[in-house]
Amino acid sequence: MTAPADLHYTRDHEWVRLQGDIATIGITDHAQEELSDVVFVELPDLGDIDKGSPIAVVESVKAASDIYAPIAGEIIEVNTDLVVDPAKINTDPYDTGWIFKIRVSSPDQVNDLMDAASYTGMVS
Amino acid sequence: MSEVLKLSPLDQEHRELGGRMVPFAGWEMPVMYSSIIEEHQYVRDSCGVFDISHMGQVFVEGEGAAAWLNKMLTNDVADLTVGNAHYTFMLNEKGGVIDDLILYRLGETDFLLVVNASCVEKDVAWLGEHLADGVTLRDESSEWAGLAIQGAQAPEVFSAITDGRTLPTRNGVDDLQHEGRRIVICRTGYTGEDGFELFCPARDAAFWWNALLEEKVKPCGLGARDSLRLEMCYPLNGSDLTEERTPLEAGLGFFVSLKKGQFVGSEVLARQKEEGLGERLMAIKITERAAPPRPGYTVVDENGEPLGVLTSGGLSPTLGEGIALAYLPTDRAKVNTKVFIEVRGRKISARVAKKPFYQK
Repeated sequence: MTAPADLHYTRDHEWVRLQGDIATIGITDHAQEELSDVVFVELPDLGDIDKGSPIAVVESVKAASDIYAPIAGEIIEVNTDLVVDPAKINTDPYDTGWIFKIRVSSPDQVNDLMDAASYTGMVS
Repeated sequence: MSEVLKLSPLDQEHRELGGRMVPFAGWEMPVMYSSIIEEHQYVRDSCGVFDISHMGQVFVEGEGAAAWLNKMLTNDVADLTVGNAHYTFMLNEKGGVIDDLILYRLGETDFLLVVNASCVEKDVAWLGEHLADGVTLRDESSEWAGLAIQGAQAPEVFSAITDGRTLPTRNGVDDLQHEGRRIVICRTGYTGEDGFELFCPARDAAFWWNALLEEKVKPCGLGARDSLRLEMCYPLNGSDLTEERTPLEAGLGFFVSLKKGQFVGSEVLARQKEEGLGERLMAIKITERAAPPRPGYTVVDENGEPLGVLTSGGLSPTLGEGIALAYLPTDRAKVNTKVFIEVRGRKISARVAKKPFYQK
């Protein structure tokens, strides 16, 4: 299992990459390993969202898992490549397997999230 | 409510192989090792092995065994010759399915029932209540391990692990000793591929498991077992088959003999056959790119009126499409009828499909 040091993590196994006021969000390597074969991703609609609301669904062969907004803001982009190739979440969870981008209402929200060491500690 | 789960005699082997252990029918069993899709495909292309030690083994013996079983089960025991097995149902008085099982005829008066793990206790209780004189019933479920070896390579694999023996023909049974180890095998399965099921004393499970792995047979979990059987439209007990549904409604009348005379539930089935069925278990295929269908999702018509509920569903790894089973009103139970599946408030296009979904 990998967990890059420059990312922030949630208890729901999402990662957040903050660049300026834009946060890119996906699910962690640990999460994709647990889910195994991702076969479908229901992408969120663009627009404002509250922290903690279920906004997307990642479906493996086994089960459907909700993805929650890790921070509040406005969804400005979704990864439409996942529509044709949802398995990118398995093969490349931290890069081409990203799910959506949020323009965050306040960047200091990431201070509530875990760093890589805490997240690794939580799942091991 | 917590319950102590039973462990397979192969529990340690599963864990060493990275098996994801999940509760299933009172047992802790591997749902997969690394990928359901890979395991599924390996069975379709080559050969896989499933631990089926959770399944039950009930022996029925005695002069009156055949006649008594013919009253307790739907298929005709008189048609079952020694050294063969057939699929059959145990029904309640309403014609509902208590269990679906494989009946092995080991001898003229000597039978083995291989039953679903979740049903062992109620099957044994039901059979015990109805037991006839001169028939004995012995539940040996805890003493036996089971392996299902499935895939086109299965005949070669069997030969390799038994020093050149050959498999019996389809549905054939062998009760044999190999180097002092007893195995009961049947050329049958739950995947639509050639293969066999092997039952052995629990202490020999690891011996056979390791012998199979040496022949490059891939360990496969319950996840692939479910997707393989669903592609074939084989029913899952407790989901597609319940005590409220008859085998005729499930489309499995082939395994019911109404000509053989009375058996438990036969009056209800005879009446259903005469009056027609209200609902039938149908195959449904999703016709748009959408979330995989899951058990419990509602099937609706073009106006959003509910028609039924999915009893099974998932993505078909072979077809790459969503496939499902549901009981539908008879007027909708026709191939190509357009229906919709409700997924998180959205209506997904689907149609009634021909069974099975998968054909070689």
